Amino acid sequence: MTDAARSNTSLAERAYRIRRNALRMGEVQGQGYVGQALGVADMLAVAYFHALRYRAADPAWDGRDRFLLSVGHYAIALYAALIEAGIIPEDELESYGSDDSRLPMSGMTGHTPGVEISGGSLGQGLGVAVGMCLGLKRKASDAFVYNLLSDGELNEGSTWEAAMSAAHWRLDNLIALVDVNNQQADGASSGVLGFEPLAARWEAFGWHAQRVDGNDIPALVAAFNTARSLDEPKPRVLICDTLMGRGVPFLETRDKAHFIRVDADEWTKALHALDAGRTA
Amino acid sequence: MNETVPLTERPAPAPAKPRLTTSAMIASLAAEGQRTRPAPFGHALAKLAQNRLEIVGLTADLAKYTDLHIFAQAFPDRFYQMGMAEQLLMSAAAGMAREGFLPFATTYAVFAARRAYDFICMQIAEANLPVKIVCGLPGLTSGYGPSHQATEDLAIFRGLPNMVIVDPCDVVDIEGAVPAIADHPGPVYMRLLRGSVPVVLDEYEYRFVLGRAALLCDGADVLIISSGFMTMRALEAAKALRADRIDAAVLHSPTIKPLDEAAILREAARPGRLVVVAENHSVIGGLGEAVASLLMRSGVHPVFRQIGLPDEFLAAGALPTLHDRYGISTSAIVAQVKEWLA
Repeated sequence: MTDAARSNTSLAERAYRIRRNALRMGEVQGQGYVGQALGVADMLAVAYFHALRYRAADPAWDGRDRFLLSVGHYAIALYAALIEAGIIPEDELESYGSDDSRLPMSGMTGHTPGVEISGGSLGQGLGVAVGMCLGLKRKASDAFVYNLLSDGELNEGSTWEAAMSAAHWRLDNLIALVDVNNQQADGASSGVLGFEPLAARWEAFGWHAQRVDGNDIPALVAAFNTARSLDEPKPRVLICDTLMGRGVPFLETRDKAHFIRVDADEWTKALHALDAGRTA
Repeated sequence: MNETVPLTERPAPAPAKPRLTTSAMIASLAAEGQRTRPAPFGHALAKLAQNRLEIVGLTADLAKYTDLHIFAQAFPDRFYQMGMAEQLLMSAAAGMAREGFLPFATTYAVFAARRAYDFICMQIAEANLPVKIVCGLPGLTSGYGPSHQATEDLAIFRGLPNMVIVDPCDVVDIEGAVPAIADHPGPVYMRLLRGSVPVVLDEYEYRFVLGRAALLCDGADVLIISSGFMTMRALEAAKALRADRIDAAVLHSPTIKPLDEAAILREAARPGRLVVVAENHSVIGGLGEAVASLLMRSGVHPVFRQIGLPDEFLAAGALPTLHDRYGISTSAIVAQVKEWLA
């Protein structure tokens, strides 16, 4: 982190504001992947307000840590974090998903400050991360590359090509974040294509793996710290079990799918429910 | 029915014909006695990389078969062996380009066009990154059958926004194209001729310019528009046709996208000439259809014919056999042109 003022706000408060931003964007469109955004808000809070090095006023600063969103549909969550980080102005939130907006529903390269790649065609981000890590090492940069993946994305074989390569090249500047919410388009991820034992799989590919509760901020802080400070020439993965809809109790318990249904009159209720649980 | 023939009455075996065997991946297109130079792409890239420190080379277990090993030997620390993983190859090349490097990524054309297409599309082309994709075995340059014959690579990449496509003819073209595509600020797909590559175009006061076609010889009866090694064949065909008093012009169009529309229209609009496009590619979606649509859009309507590979999965075997069978050998070009002019 380079902006000292960030540390005056608790990570829980950051996570709350990320959730709030996401819900407000969902309200604009009347739809969106708010379930996922609520689920990963704690991971993004720790990433953007504890771990990542960046300059809000200069998102392309060469010394920044790179954050690659390969799960393009999580863009609503990333925008919410980038707004909180001051990289995207808050008033742009109103344009989410509108024609000609800088905030398209699936994250696209070249459209949004702080969005590094086009995601959405799953299984591509980790390969790009490998190339960026190799490039950063050529430049003798000490920046990290983070890649946010999802459990469903692990179905894509290209992810494992990249995982094998990252270990082969001893990419200790690569930190993968896997959001395990056990939901994908056709149902529970474990039912669509079983992925356990996940930590053992990554370890077998030569990675340093940690599995944490992705909604436990102190656990996330410790895991990020370990990943960043590890003295082993290996890529690192944080496998984060998250709860879709986290922070809005009536969404946490709603029937889960790729989308969580939110009715038109529920957005305000969701914001109130979120506010009620604010811990800061 | 099998009738038993006494041994003594059996006819003597016919004199043995030279048996043509399956053309390997290292098959050269050079005719016997033709001037060649080895590995022109690898040497051109190594030469360019001496002063262009941002150039890096990546391959998917095909360095030796795409001549990238020459670069790898010259600059081992700038060479990245990505393993037999073309999707990773293209994604990682995109990542290197994002960090300011100029990646040359090599594999076979089939694997780039078919397996890695989505990765090239989303991570290289959409981002308009300067990744140079250089691929061996374009069209019908391998006898291994459809798994290795990229008969539709141009069709696939022509549909991709931002992608520049180059189909060089010989050593002269490759040596000119390597620095030219390096200077182009966006992505490029270049078809590669590897190994012992013919030297042809030095006899024609020719030099490669990205986006430009060049009239190599003029003639009043037929205009052959061609790319890749088919230009070499077209030039040979033009010489052969002269013996039959057929006067053939050859317009070499090594940049498939963007086409040199002005040059093609200027030549195709000249009255009284049959226009033939000759390409080492399926008749669907390649140079032939690109030229045809240009002519239609522009209201230029000569008699138009295509020489190219049929819309089929092709056979395995020896390249001379296959090139004859599918109509892209020099003699097949000559025969088709004569038939169309008869």
